[in-house]
Amino acid sequence: MSAAIVGVGYTELSKASGRSVLALAREACEAAVHDAGVALGDVDGILSFSLMHDSVPSQAVATALALPGLRVALDVDLGGQAPCHLVGLAAAAVETGRADAVLVFRAMNGRSGTRVGTMQFAGMGAQYRYPVGYDAYLMYVAMWARRFLLETGQGPEDLAAVAVTQRRYAEANARAYRRRPLTLDDYLAEAYVAEPFRASDCTVEVDGACAVLITSEARARDLAQRPVRVASAAYRAGPRSGLDIGDHLLWDDYTRNYTSLLADELFTRAGVERGDVDVAEIYDCFSSTVLFGLEGLGFCERGGSGAFVRSGATRLDGSLPTNTHGGLLAEGYLHGMNTVAEAVLQVQGRGGTRQAPRHEVAVVTSGALMDGSALVLTAG
Amino acid sequence: MPDATPGPTPDEESASFWHALREHRVELQRCVACGRYRFPPMPSCPWCASTSQAVVESAGEGTVYSWVTVHRAFDAAWADQVPYTIAVVELRERCRLLGRVETDPGGLEAGLEVAPRFVDHTDWTELRFAPREMT
Repeated sequence: MSAAIVGVGYTELSKASGRSVLALAREACEAAVHDAGVALGDVDGILSFSLMHDSVPSQAVATALALPGLRVALDVDLGGQAPCHLVGLAAAAVETGRADAVLVFRAMNGRSGTRVGTMQFAGMGAQYRYPVGYDAYLMYVAMWARRFLLETGQGPEDLAAVAVTQRRYAEANARAYRRRPLTLDDYLAEAYVAEPFRASDCTVEVDGACAVLITSEARARDLAQRPVRVASAAYRAGPRSGLDIGDHLLWDDYTRNYTSLLADELFTRAGVERGDVDVAEIYDCFSSTVLFGLEGLGFCERGGSGAFVRSGATRLDGSLPTNTHGGLLAEGYLHGMNTVAEAVLQVQGRGGTRQAPRHEVAVVTSGALMDGSALVLTAG
Repeated sequence: MPDATPGPTPDEESASFWHALREHRVELQRCVACGRYRFPPMPSCPWCASTSQAVVESAGEGTVYSWVTVHRAFDAAWADQVPYTIAVVELRERCRLLGRVETDPGGLEAGLEVAPRFVDHTDWTELRFAPREMT
């Protein structure tokens, strides 16, 4: 038995929701269940993730949705590494009979409330970072980006290509938070935030929630939407990934992230070749992680990701439409849960004006640095 | 120098490192089993898992592996210090530390040789780096 994603749900993405995180979580979860055409009372699993208690536990959502009970529940203290990982665990729960219908969600007042961008993560590595002003996650990703650009012979135009290409997608996405057109000149005129990153290299924090529903492939056939099969899921933390989420001091190579470690396993278990992939949704809290992902997953040569994006390959009419919702850079920072949901919409053919022409196979990633996860999704 | 923000909260593993900095010394752990130096301090070797370790002193000299220049302060405490640069420095002992670099960011490059600078705050001592010819 294999598992499928059968529904997606979103709240509005806003600057200030004026609502509780629980209200956002329950709305997105209920929307995903309705989208699938499943009765709420059939949901028997909920998995979610949060950082520094910025969300609500699965039990709270189950309570708010008046579910009869849960057979699988998990609340993990993880960031952008989590969405594909949790979908993989939900699929495993369904495949092993531990649950029938499992929600995976992320909810946050991520702009008006607790902001991940300036959050100080607790952990043994914290004492070396925060007292010296190394105090925002973008600085860690920027530290890797600097070394990556130097070692691979790439530069600002390569980061810019990601931001500009994704903004064009966002112009066609009514849900996206940043929809103002962005040119290369606009990009280059922006001041640095944390060099080498400018504002358009950085995700835009929002309030909102997003959820997906996973059930068995057998059951999926009778539901409202085209089933999206979870062909494979992988999580990987490489060696010496550190003492906490921000500690990268023991990581050997700042030019390769987890995507290079899990790619072969991911595609082999899915029975898919790189050339079979129609759509890529690559986690992009910052622009550089798209370049890392394209190279790490093997869609282009080392050092060739910027040229790949600049060539137009990741546009809608290119060989590999990528981050078709505008990414976290432009749609908004729902911590990569919306990256998964966009892949589902694309495979289902529900992308509207941003629909990729070929959409039988999608790859999705979650995470930026030492550890992360990924999915191959196929049309069921 | 007055403290802009709270200093470090040492733990059982790191207390000795912070104490050494107070005396303007850089301390590393070295695995007795495999000989590797390591940072941050921890209870066992992240290469071989041995819990046999020695504390050794380092000159704190090395080369810049990567760096980021912060132009927009994320905490009001740093607002009057931007732009400032944080580097990951690869010590001669082949382990990495991070800290502020006291130089014009335009002059930074990968492989630049740096030496430690100890900056005393009210309650703790910060490890910074500067190009070797400037020290």
